[in-house]
Formats: sequence, structure tokens, C-alpha cells
Amino acid sequence: MPNAAPTLRLDGVAKSFGPVAALRSGTLTVHPGSIHALVGENGAGKSTLVKIVGGVHRRDAGVVELDGEPVDFTGPAEAKAAGVAVIHQEPASFPDLTVAENIYLGREPLGRFRRIDRRAMREGVRDLFRDLGVDLDPDRPAEGLSIADQQIVEIAKAISLDARLLVMDEPTAALSAVEVRRLFAVARGLRDAGRAVVFISHRLDEVADLCDTVTVMRDGEHVSTDAVADVTPDELVRRMVGRAVADLYPKVPSTPGEVVLQVEGLESTGTFHDVSFEVRAGEIVGLAGLVGAGRSEIARAVFGVDQYAAGRVVVGGKDLRPGDPAAAIAAGLALVPEDRRLQGLVTESSVARNVSAVARRRLARLGILLPDAEARLARDWSGRLEVKAGALDATATTMSGGNQQKVVLAKWLATGPKVLIVDEPTRGIDVGTKAEVHRLLSTLAAEGLAVLMISSELPEVLGMADRVLVVREGRIVAELSRAQATPERVMRAATPGASETTAETEGAA
Amino acid sequence: MSLLRRREAGIALALLVVIGVTTIVQPGFLLSPGGWRDLLLTPAILVVLAVGQAVVVITRNVDLSVGSVLGLTAYLTGRLFIDAPDLPIVVVALVAIAAGTVLGLVNGSIVAFARVPALVITLGTLYVYRGVTLTWAGSDRIDAGDMPRAFLALGTRQVLSVPVLTIVAAIVLVAVGYYMYTARGGRQLYAIGSDPDAAALQGLPVRRRLLWAFALNGALAGLAGVMFAARYGTVSSGAGLGIELQVVGAVVVGGVAIFGGSGTVAGAALGAMLLLTINRALPVVGIPDFWQRAVVGALIIGAIALDRVLANRRSRRLAAARDADPPGPRSPGGAPPGAAPPGAAQPGAAQPGDGPQSDGTNREEATA
Repeated sequence: MPNAAPTLRLDGVAKSFGPVAALRSGTLTVHPGSIHALVGENGAGKSTLVKIVGGVHRRDAGVVELDGEPVDFTGPAEAKAAGVAVIHQEPASFPDLTVAENIYLGREPLGRFRRIDRRAMREGVRDLFRDLGVDLDPDRPAEGLSIADQQIVEIAKAISLDARLLVMDEPTAALSAVEVRRLFAVARGLRDAGRAVVFISHRLDEVADLCDTVTVMRDGEHVSTDAVADVTPDELVRRMVGRAVADLYPKVPSTPGEVVLQVEGLESTGTFHDVSFEVRAGEIVGLAGLVGAGRSEIARAVFGVDQYAAGRVVVGGKDLRPGDPAAAIAAGLALVPEDRRLQGLVTESSVARNVSAVARRRLARLGILLPDAEARLARDWSGRLEVKAGALDATATTMSGGNQQKVVLAKWLATGPKVLIVDEPTRGIDVGTKAEVHRLLSTLAAEGLAVLMISSELPEVLGMADRVLVVREGRIVAELSRAQATPERVMRAATPGASETTAETEGAA
Repeated sequence: MSLLRRREAGIALALLVVIGVTTIVQPGFLLSPGGWRDLLLTPAILVVLAVGQAVVVITRNVDLSVGSVLGLTAYLTGRLFIDAPDLPIVVVALVAIAAGTVLGLVNGSIVAFARVPALVITLGTLYVYRGVTLTWAGSDRIDAGDMPRAFLALGTRQVLSVPVLTIVAAIVLVAVGYYMYTARGGRQLYAIGSDPDAAALQGLPVRRRLLWAFALNGALAGLAGVMFAARYGTVSSGAGLGIELQVVGAVVVGGVAIFGGSGTVAGAALGAMLLLTINRALPVVGIPDFWQRAVVGALIIGAIALDRVLANRRSRRLAAARDADPPGPRSPGGAPPGAAPPGAAQPGAAQPGDGPQSDGTNREEATA
């Protein structure tokens, strides 16, 4: 439709959260009657872009136009009123309300005396569900719905808005094939009715199947926009990952020693299945995969934070009691969690307190903590990790993300672990500190520490790991040596619907 | 009435059992004119407070200052009768309710704008509001003689053998219950309490709704202050001291989840009636003082524990249902062909068409 003004036009849209630029230059033009795919790695800025379009975030710079009119939404309600419907990545349903109430929340059909007309609401939902081909009771509460059904509710909600622009952020991640087909039928129906649809997915087969145009994003920037027919999936993957891996990753070569951590047949209902792997002393093993593939859950189960249904974890030849982090620490495991503010730090406490938090028992005589010993330990590790804090009694809140991460690392290293599990070790950290954290991990491995590193940043995994395990939907689907692990191979293994066969053979290799 | 099919039915049943057993032991508990009157009149004030509190708790907040608001507005009511004897009773009542609304709005604005937990804010205003009353009233006490006879009569009069105050409480209950069930704003209060982040993501007017919930609760506490003055005829600076704990207890026993999002004002009202009726019934059946308090405590703890147990059981069931019906372990090209859509398998595994309150039977056992 060359003549009509684009339904949505973004140009040079930028958004930063503190020092981290989530979106540098978002550029996207969506025409009416088109289904436009938006693809890119985790952290490429797709979800941030969606949230700006949906009014959740406000942009720092750039242009957003709807039907040629510049807009600047201050909240989701404004975006909704302007005819923008967004299905966010995480379904945001209200467990205590019924399905019908969830769909019509804030827009309930009203009868006399402005009272909610429940019958009209129910019938509206029935019609929506009939179009979607799903069989859900409108009167049941949203609580207890499977993720897929929650997603259906979100989709029904977005469709019922009758918006001119529908944005779907990975709507199919939890859906079965039947539901995906129905969703596609609905999306095509909207397209034929002249609406614009933006479709975000990691599954390139779906992109090829549904969309007419595809935009690739990388590092918060626009890379390319093409007609889907003009690009192959492999070309798309290359564009998604193609970037120079600079010496951000100072990998020190090391010879792996004996097996320190062994995981056998770990199984957790609905989260991960049959997970087996081993980590040797002096080795960095990367756990790659898409967000939500179950990597953090595996780490938490290994460390004993979460229970698992079957399987065993062996550290240094001894079985680890499931669900007992204290035993895991005693056996020499350390876990640097994903969210350091929430799970890793006592942000109101001093650096010294934080560093000594786990190792504290060793610093005490007769149950009394020796302040000198605490200070010595903290000084020791802070020096080694080059923590930039005014003083050891500075509170952790005042520090940058990178330095906070170093404090968390110091805390765990102070326990003298044999195995270090790091979950997204450099998320939200500036590039300089990133390299420092990498150097540190590399040095530690060279000294004989076994490191299991979870990271959504592909270059980090490839740059740091001796071996890469790829997790897809709760299963380890490929194991690649450092030499084998190319961005394309890892992405293909991690992405449902990319050329699977190559991934499988590599997994076998 | 699907509204009363759930937890509320269990609480009502418990209430009937308490009344029935006590009446068998001591027929005068129900079957004398005084007994009947006390049964209806005693809970009236607590019902009004519980209805307001339920609205706040449903939004995942709490208002501990209601006792102090009640004290302040009760004293204000008496003071107005003394200082402005020409004011009609209706105007006095409206002024007291307006004062309560303002105090509620103060709570609400701090919670909605400063984003400080309501527990802390209202604990603070509990002392502030009480302090205002203490400073204002000093050791002064307003007696029955200071208030018009017609006003005091409201506290004791009955219409068709139903006390006037009980009728007031019933009107409040029906009006607020109707709003919560059938107005957009009411459903949004549930949504906000159910998941505050999602509510913001949906673009609901979260702040305005919170303000409104606290204002309503303040207004009802103001009304309770007027009722207090009419009912007891004397008001000192200590009026309503500590009643906030009874109110929160009633709300929780009435099945309003302390984490917000579920429960009804009707349940809270029934909880208030149950608590006060048990209080009066236990001495009648000869249970010692210590056990009377223990029973009330056990009720509250039992209600919360039951909520937890039910929530845990639901989430376990959910995980099991997911596994029995995987959302699609997608081997190449999507889910295995012929995989049933999760929607189809769901009703069997999860709760068909019933609510978070669907475990009404369990609650019956616990409260009875």
C-alpha cells in the first residue's frame, strides 16, 4: 500500500535506563494491511520498542507517528485510546477476575444505571473465542489458566480493542501448533481488514509463514527492513548476531581438570526436563538460550534454591541434598544470581558486610563475628576485584551496577567455592566493567575454578566459554565446543523453528 | 445468587451454628426481644467499618487508622451538638462523614503518591488522628445530656423490630457491595489488588482508584463515628480505641484475602457479625474468658492459614495440569501434530467455572 500513510512510523527512537541504552535508534515503518515481523537477539531492544509504542515507557528521543500524526503517550491508557493494542511478552492477567472481566477490564459494556452488563460481556467473549477457536469458559477466574490460555486471553483482549495497530511481543512462545494456526488466521483477518500488525517472534518459520515484511534489530538499532520473500532465514540469523567480537572477552586458555559438578537427569515439572551435564575444574561452560528457556531455573535447582522432581547433582564426587542451599555452599557451590539488587545484595549494608555475608561463619569465634577479620576479608577481595567504592563501609546502594556485581562476586568468592554459577554476570553493566568481570572470570577459571555461566548475550557466551550448552524449552539441545560454537549455530539450536536439523547434528557431534 | 455461593455461605453457616447452639443453651439469646435486638444491633458499627476496610484490603492495602477516625468523628458529632445546637441532625451527620472522608483522603494520597506501604502510613495516622482528638477533647467527655434526644433515639429505636443502626449498616453493605460487584470502578479495585503492576501496564487509573477506596473507607469510618455517638450516648477521646484490629480481623475472617484481589464486602460484614456474635455467645455457653479470646484468635489465624493452604494447593494443581498438558514441547515446526489445545484439557484439571473462592466447602469446615 504505497499511497497510504504508514499506520506506525518510528524514527531514531532512543531509550536509556540509567547508564544502559536499551534502545539506541529504533526505526520501524508499518503500513496498514501489513504484518510486519520484528526480529533480533535477546536484548536487541525489541521489547523496549514495543513498550514505547504501547505507552509503558516514554522515549528519550526520536519520532513516533500514528497515521502520520506525531504522538507521545504518557501511559498505556493513552496508547489504548489511540487505537494501539499491545500483547506484552509476559501475560499480565488478573488472577482473581474472571476471564471475561480480564478481557473487558475498564471497557465493560454498561447497561442501565452504568452497571456492568455481564450478559453482553459474556457474549462478546464467546464471539471472540469462537473467532479464535478456543474453548474457554468466560466465567472462570484467570487464576489457574495455563500460560497458553493466559496468552489467549491477552490476545482476545487485544483483538477486542478493535485497534488499528496490534503489536504482539512473542505471542506464540507458549502456544500449541493448533492455537498458533488460529492466531495466524486471526492476524491475517486483521491484515485483510486493513489493520497493521507487528509480530515479534524468535521462530523464523513463523515469520516466513505469517509476515510480509521483516525488520532486524541488533544492539538497540535498526539493521535492515526487507520483504520476507527477499531474505532467507539464515541471512536473518546472520544479521541478528553479526557483530565484531572485540577483546571484550579476554579468555585465558586453561586445561580442564577433573569433573567437579555433575548433573544427571534433572527434571522439574513444567520447567525443565532431563537435564544432564558436567563442569570440569578450570573450565567455563556457557549455558546459552533464549529468555525463558529455563536456564536460570536449572541453575537455581542445581544450587538447591528450588526443588526438582528427579535426577541428582554431584559435587566433588558427593551427592548434593536437593533443596538445601546451605549444603550446596558447604559442598563448594556458589551462585551469583540474575538480579543482584533483589537476590544478591543487601543494598543498605556496607561493602564489608556484603562481602562477608556468606563466609561469615568462618570469621566468627564462639559465634561472635570478629570485625577485624571481616574487614580483612572484605579488603582482600575488594582489592582483588578492584571494587571502586569510597570506603568499605559505603553502602551498596551508592555504587554503580558494575561495582555492585563485583561485590556480589567477592561475596561468593570469599567462601572459596569449587564451582561458581553466574547468571547474567554482566547485565546492565557498562562495557568497561564488563571486560573487567570477564577478565576476572577467566582468571579464576585458569586458577582451577569451575564456572557455569548463564548469559543471554551471545558474544559473551562465545567469547568466554570453553564449551557451550544450548537450552531450548527446558531441554539441553546442543553441546558445542569452543571451536564449533559460532553465533549462527547457537542461535539455530536455541531458536525453535530455525533449521533444526543442523542443530541436532551439531548436538550429536 | 452466585455472589453468596462461595465463602460467604460458609461464614453465614458458621454464624447460624453459633446462634443456634447458644440459643439451645440459653433460649433468651435469640428468642427474647432484647436478645433479638442485641444480635442485630451489636455488630452494626463493626459491619460499617468492615465494609469500608474490605474495599481497602481488596486493593492490597490496609487502613489501620479507622479507630482513630471513628474517635475523632464521634467527638466531632458531640461537639457540633453542643456548639451549634441549631444544626439539624442530618447536617451534623454529613459533616462528620465529610470529616472522615478528608481523613481517609489524607491516608489515600500518601499511599497513592508517596508509594509508602499503607500499613506504615495508616499506623502513623492512627496515632496522629488520635493525638488530634486527645488534644481537642482533653479529659472532656460528651454525655447523653449534651446530645438531642431524637439523635440518641436513633441508637436504640427499631423499625419493624429491626434497629435503625442495623438498617443503616445494611444499606451501606448493599450499596457498597453493589458498587464493587457491578461498577467498572469496583472491578478495577479488584484488578489493582490482584496485580498492581499489571494494572499499571493496562493503564488503569490506579492512583485515582486508591484515593477513592481510602476516601470511601474514611467516609464509612466517619459514619461509624456518628453511629457510635448515637448508640452509646457518651464520647470521650478514647472512643473506638483499638477497634481497627477487630475490623481487620473481621475482614480476614470474612474471606477477604489480605493480599488483595479477592473477597467480598458481604463476606467482611458476615465476618464482623460472626466475631461479635461469638464474643457474646461464648460467655453464655460458659466458656472461660481466656478461651473466648483464644477462639477469636484461632479464627483469624485459621482463616489466613486456610487462604495460604488453598493458594498453595491451587498452584500445585496448576503445575501438574501444565505437565499433563504441555504447552507444546515444540519439536521442529511447532507442537506435535494433533496435540490438544490446552483450553480443551483445562476444565478437567483445574476448577471448572468457579472462583478463587471456589473452595467454599473447605472454608465451611474451618469456620464452623
